[in-house]
Amino acid sequence: MNATAFDVAHMLAGSVVLVSFMMLYQDRLLALLNVFALHAALLSAAVAWQATIQGAPHLYVTAAIALFFKAMIIPAALHRIIRRLGIHREVEQVVGTGITMLAGMGLVALSISLMLNLTASADALAREDLAFALSVVLLGLLMMITRRNAVSQVVGFMSLENGLILAATGARGMPLVVEISVAFSVLIAFIVIGVFLFRIRERFDTVDDSALERFRGDVG
Amino acid sequence: MAVEFALIAAGALLLTGIAAIPLSHHRRAAELVYGASALPCGFAGVIGLWALVANAAPTTVTLPLGLPWIGAHFRLDGLGAFFLIVLGLGGALNSIYAIGHGRHETEPGRVLPFYPAFLGAMLSVVLADDAFSFLLSWEVMSLLSWGLVLVHHRAGGTQRAGYVYLMMAAFGTMSLLLAFGLMTGGAENYGFDALRAATHGPAAMAAVLVLMLMGAGSKAGLVPLHVWLPLAHPAAPSHVSALMSGIMTKIAVYGFVRVAFDLLGPVPWPMAMVVMILGGITAVMGVMQALMEHDIKRLLAYHTVENIGIIFIGLGLALAFRAEGLTAAAALALVAALFHVLNHSLFKSLLFMGAGAILNATGTRDMERMGGLIHRMPVTAVVFLAGCVAISALPPFNGFVSEWLTFQAILVSPDLSPWGLKISAPAVGALLALAAALAATCFVKVYGVTFLGRSRGAEAAAARETDRWSLGAMVVLAGLCLVIGILPGFVIDLLAPVTQALLGGAMPHQADSPWLTIIPVAASRSSYNGFLVAVFIALSAGTMAWAVHRFASRRLRRAPAWDCGFPDPSPVTQYGAGSFAQPVRRVLGSVLMRAREEVFMPPPGDLRPARHEVHLRDLIWERSYAPLAAFIQAAATRLNVMQTLTIRRYLALVVFSLVSLLVVLTLWN
Repeated sequence: MNATAFDVAHMLAGSVVLVSFMMLYQDRLLALLNVFALHAALLSAAVAWQATIQGAPHLYVTAAIALFFKAMIIPAALHRIIRRLGIHREVEQVVGTGITMLAGMGLVALSISLMLNLTASADALAREDLAFALSVVLLGLLMMITRRNAVSQVVGFMSLENGLILAATGARGMPLVVEISVAFSVLIAFIVIGVFLFRIRERFDTVDDSALERFRGDVG
Repeated sequence: MAVEFALIAAGALLLTGIAAIPLSHHRRAAELVYGASALPCGFAGVIGLWALVANAAPTTVTLPLGLPWIGAHFRLDGLGAFFLIVLGLGGALNSIYAIGHGRHETEPGRVLPFYPAFLGAMLSVVLADDAFSFLLSWEVMSLLSWGLVLVHHRAGGTQRAGYVYLMMAAFGTMSLLLAFGLMTGGAENYGFDALRAATHGPAAMAAVLVLMLMGAGSKAGLVPLHVWLPLAHPAAPSHVSALMSGIMTKIAVYGFVRVAFDLLGPVPWPMAMVVMILGGITAVMGVMQALMEHDIKRLLAYHTVENIGIIFIGLGLALAFRAEGLTAAAALALVAALFHVLNHSLFKSLLFMGAGAILNATGTRDMERMGGLIHRMPVTAVVFLAGCVAISALPPFNGFVSEWLTFQAILVSPDLSPWGLKISAPAVGALLALAAALAATCFVKVYGVTFLGRSRGAEAAAARETDRWSLGAMVVLAGLCLVIGILPGFVIDLLAPVTQALLGGAMPHQADSPWLTIIPVAASRSSYNGFLVAVFIALSAGTMAWAVHRFASRRLRRAPAWDCGFPDPSPVTQYGAGSFAQPVRRVLGSVLMRAREEVFMPPPGDLRPARHEVHLRDLIWERSYAPLAAFIQAAATRLNVMQTLTIRRYLALVVFSLVSLLVVLTLWN
């Protein structure tokens, strides 16, 4: 593997992490969806590059799935949902942007120091890739707990899935079946959550999950 | 081939258990199932006896069961063969007893499927040769016996007994799991061969031994983990209590011996001292609580605790001698412990069977309502007396021999060099002597109050002798107790291959000694001749009986019973179980159990009866189990909040736990 190939792979995976950070401070839903589409597109590019340098053509299929479903279909569908719900202008933030970003940086530092220690025997590309993938997963989780809106929680969940796909493609020899099943599980999760959003909306007139807490008698 | 045959016996028992499910409503189900259980047990006992007598090399077999690619390994060696004898003999006689006793069972459908499968599980514990099969069999054994404890689940106290037993069993298995995990030392092989080959530092060894004491000790009834025995044994049907007390506790001892003597290397002497002292405390606490008890089955359960203590004294001594390289003395102590395992399985099964017969005849376990049963149940009275004499360690019965051997091992203890052992071994010897004396006191109480005197209740007055199957099994057990007591040399020689394999040494060969004498160390030091003692006892007692009948008046006299200071005709005023325990209660009970007596004398003119009440406290329960239960309760109440968090808080909880685990992992590396 030459240095250019490594640098490009490093850059693409690093940009996925960077876009995860961008998602953390998007306080408008439409902007968030656009950033998520970018996230998925970058993931697709990273996977395609992995396919090239690993000489594994089946990863192109994974890249195509990521590009088609995650960068196009899902963001478009979510666009439709939030327009139909009429919440595309809402601003939501639970924890301040500064604190969230600091926490995100801490998580990235944690995952890099952990992964680089644990995978000392693996090759350099896989190590970097796994460290970035774990960062993306943790940032997705962070996003899910700092958001209150169900739609942005769904987006956080799917960015977490992107991290998993990044990890799966970084490791050599992962069979295609796994990726397809991951992609479809995300799709199904998206459908289910979409249906639930409408249900919640019908009942409570909002997709803010603190309404659920009020309904249970807890203080939101 | 031996191990295959033993496995077939275990499999036959498990299949009998399954076959008993549809059968259990059949009219003759009890006869069929118990009869079908007795055969494989007897077969297994014969295999064990054959393997020991022929001194057969260990045989192994691997079955494609359990974990895929690993399979289940089984092995039969000397130690396993000895416990196979204990299990087979006890199981077979107990099943024969159950053919008769089981007819009185009100809920056969709850007993019949579990009983043979329980025997089969115990058999496979003894045969297991890898940690997975061992733990699986152990857990199956625990759960099946739990099912048997809960047979009469509507009776008062049974549910609590089952709960405590389940908790202790789960705790024990968890300790065993950790012990085996430590023993592998990180290697990914759980076969006993690999465990034997692994070497450990002193800290790991001590940890394994402590975990084994907790795991096997909680099953065997080592103080302070004995609390389930006095609850579970009375709750279970009598033939099951005989099995649990006589056999299952021995399987727990087997687990300890297998690990401490076979799999683990020589443990350092401080750990041996811990085992020995725990054994001494267990013996005294068990017998003290037994002495205060008036429920006959609870009393017997406490005596099981005492005898487990005696066994562990022997095991601790053997570990100490082995740590100091005194092989012959170690062999003596181990033989004493294993001999007591066999003896206890015989006489405790016999006593529990007798208790079951009494329970059937009188409908009560309360000794204060019995009395005079010797007239109504003459055969039971004789065999029960044999059991009482044996457990009280009186010659010429078998209990004496094993306790005597334990004392001989204690007398060798001055040869040990560490001062800790030099001081603690005689102290433990004193505890053992105290326990033995108190046990004799206790069984004088049991026998006197239950069988002698006059009936204290209408049920006891109307009691009838039990059935022939039960009597047959009890007579055989009593006979075995006597025969082994008279011919102990054969058992000692039988155990020689076991100690040879575990310790690399054996006791002197006994069959060569003249007149069936046993010589544990050297003829100049000590020897015991059960045969001559038995002959002497028979001759002197016979002569005395003959002389009394010959020279005393032959005229039949009828006089008021117990008339010396006993003019009151009410049988309740007889010397009772509580009266018997009073001296010991006042001397030792006031310290160990905070015994307190309360006398209420009504003032003149008051119509209330006078009362004398005894208050006993179980300090072990109050000081350890009750605070633990209270702590768990309080923690559960606090953690109840976690049941009703909001979605985001749950998510945050997941994330924070994940992140903190990752941080720990980072720092760890």
